[in-house]
Amino acid sequence: MASPYSKELLLDMYRKMYLIRRFEERAGQQYTLGKIAGFCHLYIGQEAVAVGPAEALRPDDYMLSAYRDHGQPLARGSDAGMVMAELMGRGTGYSKGKGGSMHIFDIEHHFYGGYGIVGGQIPLAAGMAFASRYRNEDRVTLCYFGDAAANQGSFHETLNMASKWKLPVIYICENNRYGMGTAISRTSAVPEIYKRASAYDMRGEPVDGMDVLTMYEAVKDAAEYCRAGKGPVLLEANTYRFRGHSMADPATYRTKQEVEAERKGDPIPKLRAYIQKQGLAQDDVFESIEEEIKARVDQAVKFADESPEPSLDELWRDTIVEEGEEDVRPRERVLGQKVNWPKYPSGQELKVTWDLEPREQAEAADKKAGLIR
Amino acid sequence: MPELMYREALNQALAEEMERDANVYLIGEEVGRYNGAFKVSQGLLDKFGSARIIDAPIAELGFTGLSVGAAMVGLRPVVEMMTWNFAILAMDQIVNNAAKLRHMSGGQLRCPIVFRGPGGAGGRLSSQHSQALEANYAHFPGLKVIAPATPADAKGMLKAAIRDDNPVVMFEGERLYAIKGEVPEGEHVVPLGKADVKREGTDVTIITWSRMYYFCMQAAEELAKEGISVEVLDLRTLRPLDEEAILASVRKTNRAVIVEEGWVLAGVGASVVDIIQSKAFDDLDAPVERVTGLDVNMSYAANLENATQPDAPKIIAAVKKVLYREGA
Ligand SMILES: Cc1ncc(C[n+]2csc(CCOP(=O)(O)OP(=O)(O)O)c2C)c(N)n1
Ligand SMILES: [Mg+2]
Repeated sequence: MASPYSKELLLDMYRKMYLIRRFEERAGQQYTLGKIAGFCHLYIGQEAVAVGPAEALRPDDYMLSAYRDHGQPLARGSDAGMVMAELMGRGTGYSKGKGGSMHIFDIEHHFYGGYGIVGGQIPLAAGMAFASRYRNEDRVTLCYFGDAAANQGSFHETLNMASKWKLPVIYICENNRYGMGTAISRTSAVPEIYKRASAYDMRGEPVDGMDVLTMYEAVKDAAEYCRAGKGPVLLEANTYRFRGHSMADPATYRTKQEVEAERKGDPIPKLRAYIQKQGLAQDDVFESIEEEIKARVDQAVKFADESPEPSLDELWRDTIVEEGEEDVRPRERVLGQKVNWPKYPSGQELKVTWDLEPREQAEAADKKAGLIR
Repeated sequence: MPELMYREALNQALAEEMERDANVYLIGEEVGRYNGAFKVSQGLLDKFGSARIIDAPIAELGFTGLSVGAAMVGLRPVVEMMTWNFAILAMDQIVNNAAKLRHMSGGQLRCPIVFRGPGGAGGRLSSQHSQALEANYAHFPGLKVIAPATPADAKGMLKAAIRDDNPVVMFEGERLYAIKGEVPEGEHVVPLGKADVKREGTDVTIITWSRMYYFCMQAAEELAKEGISVEVLDLRTLRPLDEEAILASVRKTNRAVIVEEGWVLAGVGASVVDIIQSKAFDDLDAPVERVTGLDVNMSYAANLENATQPDAPKIIAAVKKVLYREGA
């Protein structure tokens, strides 16, 4: 049977997954060399969870994540050198080296950050989706979080509001089966996270997070659902991290056999095998892609290595916005490239037509309850 | 100039700013059909509709974080905390997200949002409902913190806060809402970060904010009868502190008393003392005195509750102490 996917799309997905894999391997090396410090959470094994959705969304859809946040912006087109520079704490990083590995922000590509407080980004995503509804835009927000984050209050508080107000937000729980060293089943009464959506009358589905095409389809469908105003979607991407929780974690809480077994499901060779089986590309194509990506990542490391630390007067910037101060546009600042920047309607242009709680509905409910208004 | 209650002044500010800018919305518990737990949002649902006056579930962390997210992409939310005691559940979103977004993003994002609600003792509500928590927030870079005492300042500072491109934390007061004062109509905007000399004097400066202001004015009047001329400096904004105004007043009177409803340890007043001792030491004729809430939890019993809080007699005693007129 012929593949329903174009060769371009498939190879693009391959290129992106391979970029993330290579980038993360090199980031791990740089950490070992002492050039990256602090916490550094690698995405190796989970690439399909970033790449499928990135391809399924529109470039102007909003996205945000937790601290395991190198993969998603790379999948969206962020500059690998500037991400690596951020990891190394250089002034040419996306946040001038102020955020580091856990806080990648690339607003040009509508990537609204990596967040270090477990579950802290979950309400933010609902708010961004709220803003889209408020302005009558058909934009969708996609928010990543971990399996352990699903036990935070923020998750439950937010799902309730997102569902009640039918916000166009897709939540992807990256269930890699561990929160640091604790297996999810040890701390969760309901370890199948997708089931929790039903508590909020919301769509919830498990997805094979080791298969980029399944992720792509799931998010394409969910985005359509959100854009149609039907409300939020919770997807549980069942995935696995091949490395420890962070570079500091030797991962002794799981067996070698378990990791070996999971590595057999590596999403990158899986996609390659699919493309080859479809006869769309053969070894030579993959080899040349891999060479191209390796060179790109080498270049990224070189760029970061050669970049200076931020200047000390940066200490006094970016805490409070002074009157008339513009936002910093990283690629413009660092690479001198003109970039598109989000623009919002002014308070006089904007017409809010959304009726979040229609009066008639409220009054009917009151009547039914025997209340007189 | 019309006389308004503090709550009406806030209502006016909200209505005017929402009229002026459709990006502004109000969210909180009971703000819509109930017209506000303290009636600050009276009539606003009818005027602006349910997408702009939003009855939130009792999920402080959730609706606060949601609004921080909305602010990240250009809306200008006003988040009403039923009281600041409950907002402790939302502190993560205020401190870890709102206050740090500009920093973490290296200047890519701004977060124009106002968190507002009553702080301080409510009156016969015991310890969980009677806390002056402003010092907690004043601690954090990335926030602005305001605590207006008068209806006019409440209106003007809320308007300024809504127009500000930073997260602003605003402390009102359950026992301030019914206080009346003259309030300018229309475009009355009080800049944040500016203290205000509410009463001029020459012998001693009392520095205060929020509800304690009224006890200070009462004390000043009493003291005037004894020939003591008191200057009352209303800080109004607690972050950033108006150092210039503090120093100017202390250099004039050479004596200072700081009055704060909250607890003594790590209070805002401690930082004011620090500014004075490091920058105006030579101008001082006496050590700076602080009057604060007692270092205990607030009780329900009327006598215990009264004894816990600063009042005019305590302030008068402190003024006399810095004037070396103790027991006089
Ligand atoms: C509120 C909070 N508590 C604890 C931590 C420390 N911590 C960082 S990551 C983590 C585990 C989270 O696991 P999960 O949500 O499954 O994400 P994963 O790392 O597997 O991607 C913990 C406990 C934190 N950052 N924030
Ligand atoms: Mg996990």
